[in-house]
Amino acid sequence: MKPLTGLASVIRSKNAGPFELTIDIIFKSRDIYERVKREESLNAALIARLYRLPAEDVTVTYFDPACAFKATMKRRLPSGHPGEKDIYGAQQHAPLLDLSLPWSDAHAAAP
Amino acid sequence: MKKKMTLLSPTAILGYGFPESSFTRGLSFDPHLIAVDAGSTDPGPYYLGSGKSFVPRGAVKRDLSFLLRAAVERRIPLLIGSAGGSGAKPHLAWCREIIWEVAREEKLSFRLAVIPADIRKSFLLEEMAAGKVEPLGPVPALTEDNVVESTYLAAQMGPEPLIRALEGGADVVLAGRCYDPAVFAALPLRRGFPAGLSLHLGKILECAAIAALPGSGSDCMLGFLEEERFYLEPASPERRATVDSVAAHTLYEKGDPYRLPGPGGLLDLQETSFEQVSERRVGISGSRFFPTSPYTVKVEGARLIGYRVITVAGARDPRFIESLDEIIDGVRKRTADNFSGDAGRFELTFHLYGRDGVMGPQEPHPRPAHEVGIVIEAVAEEAALAEAVLGFARSTMLHYGFPGRLATAGNLAFPYSPSDFKVGGAYVFSVYHLLTVENPAELFPITYEEVR
Repeated sequence: MKPLTGLASVIRSKNAGPFELTIDIIFKSRDIYERVKREESLNAALIARLYRLPAEDVTVTYFDPACAFKATMKRRLPSGHPGEKDIYGAQQHAPLLDLSLPWSDAHAAAP
Repeated sequence: MKKKMTLLSPTAILGYGFPESSFTRGLSFDPHLIAVDAGSTDPGPYYLGSGKSFVPRGAVKRDLSFLLRAAVERRIPLLIGSAGGSGAKPHLAWCREIIWEVAREEKLSFRLAVIPADIRKSFLLEEMAAGKVEPLGPVPALTEDNVVESTYLAAQMGPEPLIRALEGGADVVLAGRCYDPAVFAALPLRRGFPAGLSLHLGKILECAAIAALPGSGSDCMLGFLEEERFYLEPASPERRATVDSVAAHTLYEKGDPYRLPGPGGLLDLQETSFEQVSERRVGISGSRFFPTSPYTVKVEGARLIGYRVITVAGARDPRFIESLDEIIDGVRKRTADNFSGDAGRFELTFHLYGRDGVMGPQEPHPRPAHEVGIVIEAVAEEAALAEAVLGFARSTMLHYGFPGRLATAGNLAFPYSPSDFKVGGAYVFSVYHLLTVENPAELFPITYEEVR
Protein backbone atom coordinates (compact mmCIF):
# COMPACT_ATOMS: atom_id res chain seq x y z
CA MET A 1 0.00 0.00 0.00
CA LYS A 2 1.13 3.54 -0.71
CA PRO A 3 -0.41 6.73 0.68
CA LEU A 4 -2.17 8.73 -2.03
CA THR A 5 -0.44 11.88 -0.74
CA GLY A 6 2.86 10.33 -1.87
CA LEU A 7 1.58 9.56 -5.36
CA ALA A 8 -0.28 12.78 -6.21
CA SER A 9 0.80 16.39 -6.67
CA VAL A 10 -2.75 17.78 -6.51
CA ILE A 11 -5.70 16.53 -4.46
CA ARG A 12 -8.62 18.97 -4.58
CA SER A 13 -12.38 19.35 -4.48
CA LYS A 14 -14.60 22.04 -6.00
CA ASN A 15 -18.17 22.70 -7.10
CA ALA A 16 -19.08 21.64 -10.61
CA GLY A 17 -22.16 23.86 -10.58
CA PRO A 18 -24.19 24.33 -7.38
CA PHE A 19 -25.51 20.76 -7.26
CA GLU A 20 -22.38 18.69 -7.85
CA LEU A 21 -18.96 18.34 -6.30
CA THR A 22 -15.93 17.26 -8.28
CA ILE A 23 -12.64 15.80 -7.05
CA ASP A 24 -9.39 15.99 -8.99
CA ILE A 25 -6.33 13.89 -8.21
CA ILE A 26 -3.34 14.73 -10.40
CA PHE A 27 -0.51 12.22 -10.20
CA LYS A 28 3.18 13.04 -9.88
CA SER A 29 4.22 11.13 -12.96
CA ARG A 30 2.72 9.42 -15.98
CA ASP A 31 4.09 6.09 -14.72
CA ILE A 32 2.19 6.38 -11.46
CA TYR A 33 -0.93 7.55 -13.28
CA GLU A 34 -0.84 4.71 -15.80
CA ARG A 35 -0.46 2.15 -13.04
CA VAL A 36 -3.38 3.52 -10.98
CA LYS A 37 -5.48 3.72 -14.14
CA ARG A 38 -4.57 0.15 -15.20
CA GLU A 39 -5.43 -1.28 -11.80
CA GLU A 40 -8.46 1.00 -11.37
CA SER A 41 -7.49 1.30 -7.73
CA LEU A 42 -9.44 4.56 -7.70
CA ASN A 43 -13.02 3.86 -8.72
CA ALA A 44 -16.61 4.96 -8.18
CA ALA A 45 -17.30 2.40 -5.45
CA LEU A 46 -14.32 3.59 -3.41
CA ILE A 47 -15.27 7.28 -3.71
CA ALA A 48 -18.90 6.49 -2.88
CA ARG A 49 -17.77 4.68 0.26
CA LEU A 50 -15.46 7.53 1.34
CA TYR A 51 -18.24 10.08 0.89
CA ARG A 52 -21.03 7.85 2.19
CA LEU A 53 -23.02 8.11 -1.02
CA PRO A 54 -24.78 5.51 -3.14
CA ALA A 55 -22.42 4.40 -5.94
CA GLU A 56 -24.88 5.64 -8.58
CA ASP A 57 -24.33 9.22 -7.33
CA VAL A 58 -20.64 9.09 -8.34
CA THR A 59 -19.10 9.11 -11.83
CA VAL A 60 -15.37 8.77 -12.44
CA THR A 61 -13.04 9.57 -15.34
CA TYR A 62 -9.35 9.04 -15.94
CA PHE A 63 -8.09 12.10 -17.86
CA ASP A 64 -4.89 11.20 -19.71
CA PRO A 65 -3.75 14.72 -20.77
CA ALA A 66 -3.39 15.79 -17.13
CA CYS A 67 -2.48 12.39 -15.61
CA ALA A 68 -5.55 12.89 -13.48
CA PHE A 69 -8.40 11.02 -11.90
CA LYS A 70 -11.71 12.84 -11.56
CA ALA A 71 -14.77 11.88 -9.54
CA THR A 72 -17.98 13.89 -9.72
CA MET A 73 -20.71 13.35 -7.17
CA LYS A 74 -24.01 14.71 -6.08
CA ARG A 75 -23.60 17.29 -3.34
CA ARG A 76 -25.05 16.35 0.04
CA LEU A 77 -26.94 19.67 -0.12
CA PRO A 78 -26.85 22.24 -2.94
CA SER A 79 -24.42 25.12 -2.49
CA GLY A 80 -25.94 27.73 -0.19
CA HIS A 81 -28.81 25.60 1.12
CA PRO A 82 -29.56 25.92 4.85
CA GLY A 83 -27.35 23.43 6.70
CA GLU A 84 -24.82 23.31 3.88
CA LYS A 85 -21.24 23.97 5.00
CA ASP A 86 -18.99 24.69 2.03
CA ILE A 87 -20.32 27.14 -0.58
CA TYR A 88 -17.39 26.61 -2.99
CA GLY A 89 -16.91 22.94 -2.15
CA ALA A 90 -13.18 23.58 -1.92
CA GLN A 91 -12.57 21.79 1.41
CA GLN A 92 -14.21 18.44 0.75
CA HIS A 93 -11.04 16.60 -0.22
CA ALA A 94 -9.94 15.54 3.28
CA PRO A 95 -11.12 11.89 3.11
CA LEU A 96 -8.71 11.38 0.18
CA LEU A 97 -5.74 12.46 2.30
CA ASP A 98 -6.14 9.35 4.44
CA LEU A 99 -6.30 7.02 1.48
CA SER A 100 -3.68 4.40 0.58
CA LEU A 101 -3.70 2.54 -2.72
CA PRO A 102 -2.67 -1.09 -3.25
CA TRP A 103 0.93 -1.05 -4.55
CA SER A 104 2.48 -4.47 -4.56
CA ASP A 105 6.21 -4.79 -5.28
CA ALA A 106 5.48 -7.47 -7.86
CA HIS A 107 4.57 -4.66 -10.24
CA ALA A 108 6.75 -2.02 -11.80
CA ALA A 109 9.33 -0.33 -9.61
CA ALA A 110 7.87 2.00 -7.03
CA PRO A 111 8.23 5.72 -7.75
CA MET B 1 -2.21 33.54 -46.03
CA LYS B 2 -3.43 31.64 -42.99
CA LYS B 3 -5.75 33.35 -40.56
CA LYS B 4 -4.43 34.30 -37.14
CA MET B 5 -5.99 36.05 -34.16
CA THR B 6 -4.60 37.29 -30.86
CA LEU B 7 -6.89 37.44 -27.82
CA LEU B 8 -6.22 39.12 -24.49
CA SER B 9 -7.87 37.98 -21.26
CA PRO B 10 -7.00 40.51 -18.56
CA THR B 11 -8.41 38.76 -15.47
CA ALA B 12 -10.44 35.74 -14.41
CA ILE B 13 -13.41 37.80 -13.18
CA LEU B 14 -14.03 41.46 -13.96
CA GLY B 15 -12.95 43.21 -10.76
CA TYR B 16 -10.34 40.64 -9.68
CA GLY B 17 -7.68 43.01 -11.02
CA PHE B 18 -4.43 42.59 -12.96
CA PRO B 19 -0.95 44.16 -12.84
CA GLU B 20 -0.73 47.18 -15.14
CA SER B 21 2.61 45.88 -16.43
CA SER B 22 1.01 42.59 -17.56
CA PHE B 23 -1.85 44.40 -19.27
CA THR B 24 0.58 46.73 -21.07
CA ARG B 25 2.66 43.77 -22.17
CA GLY B 26 -0.50 42.00 -23.35
CA LEU B 27 -1.43 45.04 -25.44
CA SER B 28 2.05 45.03 -27.02
CA PHE B 29 0.97 41.86 -28.90
CA ASP B 30 -1.71 43.97 -30.67
CA PRO B 31 -4.66 41.80 -29.66
CA HIS B 32 -7.71 41.66 -31.96
CA LEU B 33 -9.98 41.23 -28.96
CA ILE B 34 -10.12 41.92 -25.24
CA ALA B 35 -12.69 39.87 -23.39
CA VAL B 36 -13.53 39.20 -19.78
CA ASP B 37 -15.99 36.99 -18.04
CA ALA B 38 -17.55 38.45 -14.90
CA GLY B 39 -19.71 35.57 -13.80
CA SER B 40 -19.99 32.52 -11.65
CA THR B 41 -22.57 30.64 -9.59
CA ASP B 42 -19.74 29.66 -7.25
CA PRO B 43 -20.31 32.31 -4.57
CA GLY B 44 -23.72 30.78 -3.96
CA PRO B 45 -27.35 31.75 -4.53
CA TYR B 46 -27.36 35.07 -2.64
CA TYR B 47 -25.90 37.17 -5.45
CA LEU B 48 -28.28 36.06 -8.18
CA GLY B 49 -31.20 36.06 -5.75
CA SER B 50 -30.58 39.52 -4.30
CA GLY B 51 -29.46 41.18 -7.53
CA LYS B 52 -26.09 42.13 -6.05
CA SER B 53 -22.55 41.74 -7.35
CA PHE B 54 -20.05 39.54 -5.52
CA VAL B 55 -17.22 41.83 -6.61
CA PRO B 56 -17.00 45.35 -5.10
CA ARG B 57 -17.97 48.28 -7.33
CA GLY B 58 -14.62 50.03 -6.93
CA ALA B 59 -12.74 46.94 -8.11
CA VAL B 60 -14.91 46.60 -11.21
CA LYS B 61 -14.52 50.30 -11.98
CA ARG B 62 -10.76 50.05 -11.65
CA ASP B 63 -10.56 47.17 -14.14
CA LEU B 64 -13.05 48.76 -16.53
CA SER B 65 -11.11 52.03 -16.64
CA PHE B 66 -8.06 50.16 -18.02
CA LEU B 67 -10.07 47.97 -20.36
CA LEU B 68 -12.27 50.72 -21.82
CA ARG B 69 -9.34 53.11 -22.32
CA ALA B 70 -7.28 50.48 -24.13
CA ALA B 71 -10.22 49.21 -26.19
CA VAL B 72 -11.41 52.64 -27.33
CA GLU B 73 -8.00 54.22 -27.93
CA ARG B 74 -6.68 51.20 -29.84
CA ARG B 75 -10.01 50.31 -31.47
CA ILE B 76 -10.00 46.76 -30.06
CA PRO B 77 -13.42 45.15 -29.52
CA LEU B 78 -14.14 44.62 -25.81
CA LEU B 79 -16.61 41.93 -24.74
CA ILE B 80 -17.85 41.55 -21.17
CA GLY B 81 -19.92 38.50 -20.22
CA SER B 82 -22.15 37.74 -17.23
CA ALA B 83 -22.23 41.38 -16.14
CA GLY B 84 -22.30 41.96 -12.41
CA GLY B 85 -21.50 38.30 -11.65
CA SER B 86 -24.91 36.70 -12.09
CA GLY B 87 -25.90 38.48 -15.29
CA ALA B 88 -29.56 39.21 -14.48
CA LYS B 89 -31.28 42.59 -14.90
CA PRO B 90 -29.93 44.43 -11.81
CA HIS B 91 -26.41 43.06 -12.37
CA LEU B 92 -26.44 44.25 -15.97
CA ALA B 93 -27.76 47.70 -15.01
CA TRP B 94 -25.09 47.99 -12.30
CA CYS B 95 -22.24 47.21 -14.69
CA ARG B 96 -23.70 49.42 -17.44
CA GLU B 97 -23.77 52.35 -15.04
CA ILE B 98 -20.10 51.83 -14.17
CA ILE B 99 -19.23 51.75 -17.89
CA TRP B 100 -21.02 55.06 -18.47
CA GLU B 101 -19.30 56.58 -15.43
CA VAL B 102 -15.84 55.53 -16.63
CA ALA B 103 -16.61 56.78 -20.14
CA ARG B 104 -17.65 60.19 -18.76
CA GLU B 105 -14.61 60.49 -16.53
CA GLU B 106 -12.16 59.33 -19.21
CA LYS B 107 -13.98 61.18 -22.03
CA LEU B 108 -14.37 58.02 -24.12
CA SER B 109 -16.86 57.61 -26.98
CA PHE B 110 -17.97 54.25 -28.32
CA ARG B 111 -20.92 52.19 -29.47
CA LEU B 112 -22.11 49.95 -26.64
CA ALA B 113 -24.28 46.89 -27.16
CA VAL B 114 -26.22 45.72 -24.12
CA ILE B 115 -27.66 42.19 -24.18
CA PRO B 116 -29.95 41.23 -21.31
CA ALA B 117 -30.34 37.53 -20.50
CA ASP B 118 -33.50 37.64 -18.38
CA ILE B 119 -36.22 35.07 -18.84
CA ARG B 120 -39.85 36.00 -18.15
CA LYS B 121 -41.49 33.76 -15.57
CA SER B 122 -44.63 33.38 -17.67
CA PHE B 123 -42.50 32.28 -20.62
CA LEU B 124 -40.62 29.68 -18.55
CA LEU B 125 -43.90 28.34 -17.15
CA GLU B 126 -45.30 27.95 -20.67
CA GLU B 127 -42.16 26.16 -21.81
CA MET B 128 -42.25 23.98 -18.72
CA ALA B 129 -45.82 22.98 -19.49
CA ALA B 130 -44.74 22.21 -23.06
CA GLY B 131 -42.09 19.81 -21.75
CA LYS B 132 -39.16 21.96 -22.87
CA VAL B 133 -37.44 22.20 -19.48
CA GLU B 134 -35.30 19.50 -17.89
CA PRO B 135 -33.01 19.39 -14.84
CA LEU B 136 -29.29 19.93 -15.43
CA GLY B 137 -27.64 17.10 -13.51
CA PRO B 138 -28.82 15.94 -10.07
CA VAL B 139 -31.32 18.79 -9.76
CA PRO B 140 -34.96 18.36 -8.73
CA ALA B 141 -37.56 18.68 -11.49
CA LEU B 142 -38.72 22.26 -11.93
CA THR B 143 -41.90 23.26 -10.13
CA GLU B 144 -44.23 26.17 -10.76
CA ASP B 145 -43.46 27.51 -7.27
CA ASN B 146 -39.73 27.57 -7.98
CA VAL B 147 -40.32 29.62 -11.10
CA VAL B 148 -42.87 32.00 -9.56
CA GLU B 149 -40.84 32.54 -6.37
CA SER B 150 -37.51 33.18 -8.13
CA THR B 151 -36.40 36.78 -7.77
CA TYR B 152 -34.47 36.71 -11.06
CA LEU B 153 -34.18 34.23 -13.89
CA ALA B 154 -31.32 34.44 -16.36
CA ALA B 155 -30.41 32.21 -19.29
CA GLN B 156 -26.83 31.57 -20.27
CA MET B 157 -26.35 32.91 -23.82
CA GLY B 158 -23.99 31.34 -26.30
CA PRO B 159 -21.77 33.25 -28.74
CA GLU B 160 -24.58 33.94 -31.27
CA PRO B 161 -26.02 37.13 -29.68
CA LEU B 162 -22.47 38.47 -29.17
CA ILE B 163 -21.69 37.88 -32.83
CA ARG B 164 -24.84 39.79 -33.81
CA ALA B 165 -23.81 42.66 -31.54
CA LEU B 166 -20.42 42.82 -33.25
CA GLU B 167 -22.13 42.76 -36.64
CA GLY B 168 -24.31 45.61 -35.38
CA GLY B 169 -21.17 47.71 -35.06
CA ALA B 170 -20.63 47.48 -31.30
CA ASP B 171 -17.22 48.55 -30.02
CA VAL B 172 -18.03 47.30 -26.53
CA VAL B 173 -20.46 44.47 -25.78
CA LEU B 174 -21.96 44.12 -22.31
CA ALA B 175 -23.79 40.83 -21.96
CA GLY B 176 -25.98 39.47 -19.20
CA ARG B 177 -25.55 35.84 -18.16
CA CYS B 178 -23.25 34.31 -20.70
CA TYR B 179 -21.49 30.98 -21.31
CA ASP B 180 -18.00 31.83 -20.01
CA PRO B 181 -16.06 31.02 -23.23
CA ALA B 182 -18.56 32.83 -25.49
CA VAL B 183 -17.08 36.32 -25.07
CA PHE B 184 -13.76 34.95 -26.35
CA ALA B 185 -15.18 32.69 -29.07
CA ALA B 186 -17.65 35.16 -30.64
CA LEU B 187 -15.20 37.14 -32.79
CA PRO B 188 -13.15 34.08 -33.86
CA LEU B 189 -16.38 32.31 -34.87
CA ARG B 190 -17.47 35.35 -36.87
CA ARG B 191 -14.11 35.27 -38.65
CA GLY B 192 -14.55 31.60 -39.51
CA PHE B 193 -12.23 29.88 -37.04
CA PRO B 194 -13.27 26.35 -36.03
CA ALA B 195 -15.78 26.26 -33.18
CA GLY B 196 -13.94 23.55 -31.23
CA LEU B 197 -10.70 25.52 -31.07
CA SER B 198 -12.44 28.88 -30.50
CA LEU B 199 -14.52 27.57 -27.60
CA HIS B 200 -11.70 25.57 -26.01
CA LEU B 201 -9.45 28.62 -26.17
CA GLY B 202 -12.27 30.64 -24.58
CA LYS B 203 -12.72 28.01 -21.90
CA ILE B 204 -9.11 28.46 -20.81
CA LEU B 205 -8.88 32.23 -21.34
CA GLU B 206 -11.96 32.91 -19.22
CA CYS B 207 -9.90 31.99 -16.17
CA ALA B 208 -7.00 34.19 -17.37
CA ALA B 209 -3.72 33.22 -15.70
CA ILE B 210 -5.26 30.52 -13.48
CA ALA B 211 -4.07 28.05 -16.14
CA ALA B 212 -0.47 29.33 -15.81
CA LEU B 213 2.34 28.35 -13.46
CA PRO B 214 2.29 29.91 -10.92
CA GLY B 215 -1.45 30.31 -11.36
CA SER B 216 -3.33 33.54 -10.70
CA GLY B 217 -6.90 34.70 -11.10
CA SER B 218 -5.75 38.29 -11.24
CA ASP B 219 -3.24 38.35 -14.07
CA CYS B 220 -3.47 38.40 -17.87
CA MET B 221 -3.34 35.53 -20.37
CA LEU B 222 -2.86 35.69 -24.13
CA GLY B 223 -4.36 33.35 -26.70
CA PHE B 224 -2.99 32.99 -30.24
CA LEU B 225 -5.51 31.31 -32.49
CA GLU B 226 -4.71 29.72 -35.83
CA GLU B 227 -6.86 27.55 -38.08
CA GLU B 228 -5.57 24.22 -36.78
CA ARG B 229 -4.36 25.00 -33.27
CA PHE B 230 -4.07 27.68 -30.63
CA TYR B 231 -1.37 28.76 -28.25
CA LEU B 232 -1.50 30.10 -24.72
CA GLU B 233 1.04 32.33 -23.06
CA PRO B 234 0.72 34.37 -19.86
CA ALA B 235 1.34 38.08 -20.33
CA SER B 236 3.55 38.30 -17.26
CA PRO B 237 7.10 37.01 -17.93
CA GLU B 238 7.06 35.65 -14.38
CA ARG B 239 4.52 33.02 -15.35
CA ARG B 240 4.60 30.13 -17.80
CA ALA B 241 1.97 28.07 -19.53
CA THR B 242 2.92 24.41 -19.25
CA VAL B 243 1.23 21.29 -20.55
CA ASP B 244 0.59 20.29 -16.95
CA SER B 245 -0.81 23.65 -15.87
CA VAL B 246 -3.14 23.93 -18.88
CA ALA B 247 -4.25 20.27 -18.84
CA ALA B 248 -4.89 20.47 -15.08
CA HIS B 249 -6.99 23.58 -15.61
CA THR B 250 -9.09 21.71 -18.16
CA LEU B 251 -10.32 19.56 -15.25
CA TYR B 252 -11.18 22.46 -13.00
CA GLU B 253 -14.81 22.87 -11.89
CA LYS B 254 -16.11 20.49 -14.53
CA GLY B 255 -17.95 17.23 -14.08
CA ASP B 256 -16.48 15.53 -17.14
CA PRO B 257 -13.17 16.81 -18.58
CA TYR B 258 -13.64 15.22 -22.01
CA ARG B 259 -17.16 16.39 -22.82
CA LEU B 260 -18.10 19.95 -21.95
CA PRO B 261 -21.71 20.81 -22.73
CA GLY B 262 -22.64 24.42 -23.50
CA PRO B 263 -25.33 26.41 -25.28
CA GLY B 264 -26.18 24.67 -28.54
CA GLY B 265 -23.55 21.97 -28.44
CA LEU B 266 -20.80 19.93 -26.89
CA LEU B 267 -17.09 20.75 -26.72
CA ASP B 268 -15.30 17.42 -27.11
CA LEU B 269 -11.71 17.14 -25.89
CA GLN B 270 -11.21 13.40 -26.44
CA GLU B 271 -8.77 14.02 -29.27
CA THR B 272 -7.18 17.16 -27.87
CA SER B 273 -3.42 17.20 -27.60
CA PHE B 274 -1.28 19.56 -25.56
CA GLU B 275 2.27 20.41 -26.60
CA GLN B 276 5.00 22.50 -24.96
CA VAL B 277 6.18 24.66 -27.86
CA SER B 278 8.48 26.94 -25.88
CA GLU B 279 9.31 27.55 -22.27
CA ARG B 280 6.28 29.74 -21.64
CA ARG B 281 3.89 28.68 -24.40
CA VAL B 282 1.61 25.67 -24.88
CA GLY B 283 0.03 24.62 -28.18
CA ILE B 284 -3.34 22.87 -28.26
CA SER B 285 -5.06 21.10 -31.16
CA GLY B 286 -7.73 18.52 -31.84
CA SER B 287 -10.59 20.06 -29.79
CA ARG B 288 -13.93 19.58 -31.54
CA PHE B 289 -17.40 21.05 -31.25
CA PHE B 290 -20.57 19.11 -32.02
CA PRO B 291 -23.75 21.16 -32.31
CA THR B 292 -26.71 19.55 -30.61
CA SER B 293 -30.24 19.72 -31.86
CA PRO B 294 -32.48 21.04 -30.48
CA TYR B 295 -30.61 24.04 -29.09
CA THR B 296 -30.64 24.24 -25.29
CA VAL B 297 -29.63 26.99 -22.87
CA LYS B 298 -29.11 26.82 -19.14
CA VAL B 299 -31.52 28.88 -17.02
CA GLU B 300 -30.51 29.92 -13.51
CA GLY B 301 -32.73 31.30 -10.77
CA ALA B 302 -32.64 31.84 -7.03
CA ARG B 303 -35.41 32.51 -4.57
CA LEU B 304 -35.70 34.05 -1.13
CA ILE B 305 -36.50 31.44 1.52
CA GLY B 306 -36.38 33.77 4.50
CA TYR B 307 -34.00 35.69 6.71
CA ARG B 308 -30.87 34.45 8.41
CA VAL B 309 -29.49 35.31 11.86
CA ILE B 310 -26.34 33.71 13.26
CA THR B 311 -24.26 33.70 16.42
CA VAL B 312 -20.63 32.67 16.88
CA ALA B 313 -19.39 31.07 20.10
CA GLY B 314 -16.62 28.89 21.42
CA ALA B 315 -16.75 25.98 23.87
CA ARG B 316 -13.74 24.94 25.93
CA ASP B 317 -15.24 22.72 28.63
CA PRO B 318 -14.39 19.04 27.87
CA ARG B 319 -17.56 17.82 29.56
CA PHE B 320 -19.69 20.13 27.45
CA ILE B 321 -17.84 19.09 24.27
CA GLU B 322 -18.26 15.42 25.13
CA SER B 323 -22.02 15.88 25.51
CA LEU B 324 -22.46 18.17 22.49
CA ASP B 325 -24.78 15.90 20.53
CA GLU B 326 -27.18 15.45 23.43
CA ILE B 327 -27.01 19.17 24.24
CA ILE B 328 -27.80 20.18 20.66
CA ASP B 329 -30.61 17.68 20.59
CA GLY B 330 -31.96 19.21 23.80
CA VAL B 331 -31.65 22.78 22.50
CA ARG B 332 -33.49 21.79 19.31
CA LYS B 333 -36.33 20.22 21.31
CA ARG B 334 -36.63 23.20 23.65
CA THR B 335 -36.65 25.59 20.68
CA ALA B 336 -39.25 23.54 18.80
CA ASP B 337 -41.40 23.46 21.92
CA ASN B 338 -41.04 27.19 22.57
CA PHE B 339 -41.96 28.08 18.98
CA SER B 340 -44.46 25.27 18.40
CA GLY B 341 -46.89 27.80 16.92
CA ASP B 342 -44.34 28.51 14.18
CA ALA B 343 -43.46 24.88 13.43
CA GLY B 344 -42.23 24.49 9.86
CA ARG B 345 -41.57 28.22 9.48
CA PHE B 346 -37.96 28.19 10.68
CA GLU B 347 -34.86 26.04 10.44
CA LEU B 348 -32.08 25.80 13.03
CA THR B 349 -28.56 24.66 12.10
CA PHE B 350 -25.44 24.08 14.22
CA HIS B 351 -22.01 24.22 12.57
CA LEU B 352 -19.39 22.66 14.87
CA TYR B 353 -15.91 23.82 13.87
CA GLY B 354 -13.24 21.60 15.35
CA ARG B 355 -15.45 18.56 14.89
CA ASP B 356 -17.33 18.33 11.57
CA GLY B 357 -17.98 21.96 10.69
CA VAL B 358 -16.65 21.57 7.15
CA MET B 359 -17.92 18.16 6.06
CA GLY B 360 -20.90 17.44 8.32
CA PRO B 361 -22.06 13.83 8.12
CA GLN B 362 -19.37 13.11 5.48
CA GLU B 363 -16.54 13.89 7.94
CA PRO B 364 -14.33 10.78 8.31
CA HIS B 365 -12.90 11.90 11.71
CA PRO B 366 -15.71 13.53 13.70
CA ARG B 367 -13.64 13.67 16.89
CA PRO B 368 -13.87 17.06 18.53
CA ALA B 369 -10.73 19.06 19.30
CA HIS B 370 -10.03 20.44 22.80
CA GLU B 371 -12.15 23.42 21.88
CA VAL B 372 -15.03 23.69 19.43
CA GLY B 373 -16.27 26.70 17.48
CA ILE B 374 -20.05 26.83 17.21
CA VAL B 375 -22.06 28.79 14.67
CA ILE B 376 -25.78 28.64 15.36
CA GLU B 377 -27.91 29.69 12.45
CA ALA B 378 -31.63 30.35 12.25
CA VAL B 379 -33.42 30.85 8.95
CA ALA B 380 -37.07 31.82 9.23
CA GLU B 381 -39.78 33.22 7.01
CA GLU B 382 -39.66 36.57 8.80
CA ALA B 383 -36.63 38.39 10.15
CA ALA B 384 -38.27 38.85 13.56
CA LEU B 385 -38.91 35.12 13.89
CA ALA B 386 -35.33 34.30 12.88
CA GLU B 387 -34.05 36.70 15.55
CA ALA B 388 -36.36 35.24 18.20
CA VAL B 389 -35.52 31.62 17.36
CA LEU B 390 -31.78 32.29 17.25
CA GLY B 391 -31.85 34.26 20.50
CA PHE B 392 -33.76 31.49 22.23
CA ALA B 393 -31.46 28.73 20.94
CA ARG B 394 -28.38 30.76 21.94
CA SER B 395 -29.51 31.45 25.50
CA THR B 396 -30.77 27.88 25.91
CA MET B 397 -27.41 26.47 24.83
CA LEU B 398 -25.53 28.97 27.02
CA HIS B 399 -27.32 27.80 30.17
CA TYR B 400 -28.14 24.23 29.21
CA GLY B 401 -27.86 21.80 32.14
CA PHE B 402 -26.36 18.47 31.13
CA PRO B 403 -25.33 15.44 33.22
CA GLY B 404 -21.86 15.89 34.73
CA ARG B 405 -21.84 19.69 34.30
CA LEU B 406 -19.42 21.49 36.66
CA ALA B 407 -19.36 24.98 35.08
CA THR B 408 -22.83 26.21 35.94
CA ALA B 409 -22.20 29.87 35.01
CA GLY B 410 -22.40 29.37 31.24
CA ASN B 411 -21.42 26.92 28.47
CA LEU B 412 -20.34 29.29 25.71
CA ALA B 413 -17.66 31.93 25.13
CA PHE B 414 -18.95 34.75 22.89
CA PRO B 415 -16.32 36.88 21.18
CA TYR B 416 -18.77 39.71 20.48
CA SER B 417 -21.39 41.91 21.98
CA PRO B 418 -23.91 41.95 20.39
CA SER B 419 -23.71 38.19 20.07
CA ASP B 420 -26.21 37.78 17.23
CA PHE B 421 -25.76 38.91 13.64
CA LYS B 422 -28.49 39.65 11.15
CA VAL B 423 -27.18 38.26 7.87
CA GLY B 424 -30.23 39.34 5.84
CA GLY B 425 -32.02 37.48 3.07
CA ALA B 426 -31.36 33.75 2.72
CA TYR B 427 -31.61 32.41 -0.82
CA VAL B 428 -31.43 29.02 -2.50
CA PHE B 429 -30.92 28.07 -6.13
CA SER B 430 -34.43 27.45 -7.45
CA VAL B 431 -33.77 26.96 -11.16
CA TYR B 432 -30.78 25.22 -12.70
CA HIS B 433 -32.36 23.69 -15.76
CA LEU B 434 -31.95 23.30 -19.47
CA LEU B 435 -34.46 25.05 -21.70
CA THR B 436 -34.97 23.94 -25.29
CA VAL B 437 -35.30 26.97 -27.56
CA GLU B 438 -36.40 27.28 -31.16
CA ASN B 439 -34.59 30.51 -31.81
CA PRO B 440 -31.95 31.41 -29.20
CA ALA B 441 -31.66 34.93 -30.64
CA GLU B 442 -35.19 35.79 -29.44
CA LEU B 443 -34.18 35.30 -25.81
CA PHE B 444 -31.33 37.80 -26.01
CA PRO B 445 -32.46 41.09 -27.60
CA ILE B 446 -29.74 43.65 -28.25
CA THR B 447 -29.92 47.40 -27.66
CA TYR B 448 -27.25 49.84 -28.81
CA GLU B 449 -26.19 52.99 -27.02
CA GLU B 450 -23.88 55.70 -28.30
CA VAL B 451 -21.71 56.39 -25.27
CA ARG B 452 -20.01 59.78 -25.30
